[in-house]
Amino acid sequence: MAIDKATVAKIARLARVRVGDAEMTSLAGELSKILTFIEQLDEVDAAGVEPMTSVVQMGLRRRPDGVTDGDKRDDVLKNAPDAMAGFFTVPKVVE
Amino acid sequence: MGQAVTEPAPQLFDGATGKWEVVIGLEVHAQVSSQSKLFSGAATEFGAEPNSQVSLVDAAMPGMLPVINAYCIEQAVRTGLGLKAAVNLRSVFDRKNYFYPDLPAGYQISQFKQPIVGEGEIFIELADGAVRRVGIERLHLEQDAGKSLHDQHPKFTYVDLNRSGVALMEIVSKPDMRSSEEAGAYVRKLRTILRYLGTCDGNMDQGSMRADVNVSVRKPGGALGTRCEIKNVNSMRFIQQAVEYEARRQIEVIEGGGTIAQETRLYDANTGVTRSMRSKEEAHDYRYFPDPDLLPLVLTQAEVDAIKATLPELPDEKRRRLENELKISPYLAKVLVAEKETADYFEVLVAEAGKRTGKKPAEMGQDSANLLVMELFGLLNKDGRTIEASPVSAAALAGLLALRLDGTISGLASKEVLAEMFATGKDAASVVDEKGLRQVSDTGEIERLVDQAIADNPKQLAQFKAGKETMLGFFVGQVMKMSQGRANPAVVNDLLRKKLAG
Repeated sequence: MAIDKATVAKIARLARVRVGDAEMTSLAGELSKILTFIEQLDEVDAAGVEPMTSVVQMGLRRRPDGVTDGDKRDDVLKNAPDAMAGFFTVPKVVE
Repeated sequence: MGQAVTEPAPQLFDGATGKWEVVIGLEVHAQVSSQSKLFSGAATEFGAEPNSQVSLVDAAMPGMLPVINAYCIEQAVRTGLGLKAAVNLRSVFDRKNYFYPDLPAGYQISQFKQPIVGEGEIFIELADGAVRRVGIERLHLEQDAGKSLHDQHPKFTYVDLNRSGVALMEIVSKPDMRSSEEAGAYVRKLRTILRYLGTCDGNMDQGSMRADVNVSVRKPGGALGTRCEIKNVNSMRFIQQAVEYEARRQIEVIEGGGTIAQETRLYDANTGVTRSMRSKEEAHDYRYFPDPDLLPLVLTQAEVDAIKATLPELPDEKRRRLENELKISPYLAKVLVAEKETADYFEVLVAEAGKRTGKKPAEMGQDSANLLVMELFGLLNKDGRTIEASPVSAAALAGLLALRLDGTISGLASKEVLAEMFATGKDAASVVDEKGLRQVSDTGEIERLVDQAIADNPKQLAQFKAGKETMLGFFVGQVMKMSQGRANPAVVNDLLRKKLAG
């Protein structure tokens, strides 16, 4: 499967990764190669096989409902660059 | 057992090219009433100091792993069962990827291809009595995002992550609604069911319930039009207003030669209009994939059955029972079941009244319902109180009902007693004694009053004798007045008829 430059640009934007124009061409080639490699799997007939989401043969571990965490605002905000009044802050985003 | 469905008429909008029909589907986000979050042990309580209910999992610190809250799973199953829906014994959590300041992980854990609950149904009743079945497409569990505050600082948006990770049930309807009234009735009914089940408090003011409204228009019976999604509408009234505005906007665009772009819009309650949320557009490519941090959620049928065994009687069933077994009129039954608190109060009222009078529920259902809806509600409304804050408890009201049913007090006196109970919190028997309102049914005493009324009013007696039957009412009034309203009206009537005829 061939990935073109426009698709690379779209993926980059969705992932919030800045990609220069020069890199786009090489990335398009690399991503195409990766997909072509994966497409080998199409040779296997997987009709009727459940998609595998985990290799572990067990169910989801559950915890009882109860407040056991939180109340650590300073820890949570420690790495935030411009925390104010107990909030994280970001450049204004208005709809 | 299915419910009788009488298809409601669609709401038609007039356009330049003729009538248009609106098609509505709703996605309701209902917060699970849990103590802690879906994947962390941080608290969920409303109104806490910013970022005080955030764990390192909710803040998406590197290396933190989610562990699911068992209670939230049970509530989702419970809700599914309440919606008569199929529960999927195997469901999978996916990552829904997008960037927004209130989503620290860059993805929301949700369920995409394999939700915990599949198809179900809700029946809604409209003002004219028509009933519509609205299909439920699915219910899935997901995390809420944080909250952005845009008005706290001129240059910055503040972000509070207290809501980040709170468990939500997203309940998706089929596009089965055809009017803004139906959309409102659907949300009201869903809220009632959730509150009966106890799985969500349904508090729209605090954001525990909000709706995304999908609206499209078409020529009646024609092919479905392109829909727009109006995000995060947080009141019944706004949902109805948003539908009306959006339908008219789409008709105008189409009739003006334009086409509807499938997009996300925002309803502005101040101006009553919807507008495009451009920023959300490119984020629509969510690149879902199974969350590698979470194994598939596997339930056993035994677990589901155990939850099913604890389901309460739901509003539709309760209403049928009130009508069929307690012989309550359809109107009153509808009012009684609409709010869980009212229904609970009523059940206690009937049980307590039964204990006091020995009567069967069917013999006093309608009287109980009347007393509650017609009288106590009136006092509560005047005071701006809800039933939970009623100064007259269900047991106290049953005391009053018992005195009325056994003839101790008249219907008229009963109103006075209730008002006094409401004002003072005293029980019915004390008020009756203090005010001397015990009804007089003793024939001897009433007979004396009847004789006196006849003797005092010869003119009216002559009129009655001359054939003016309506004068009977005059004499009843006289006797009641003399007895200060305490005489049993049935006995008075009876005696007067005999005496006047004689």
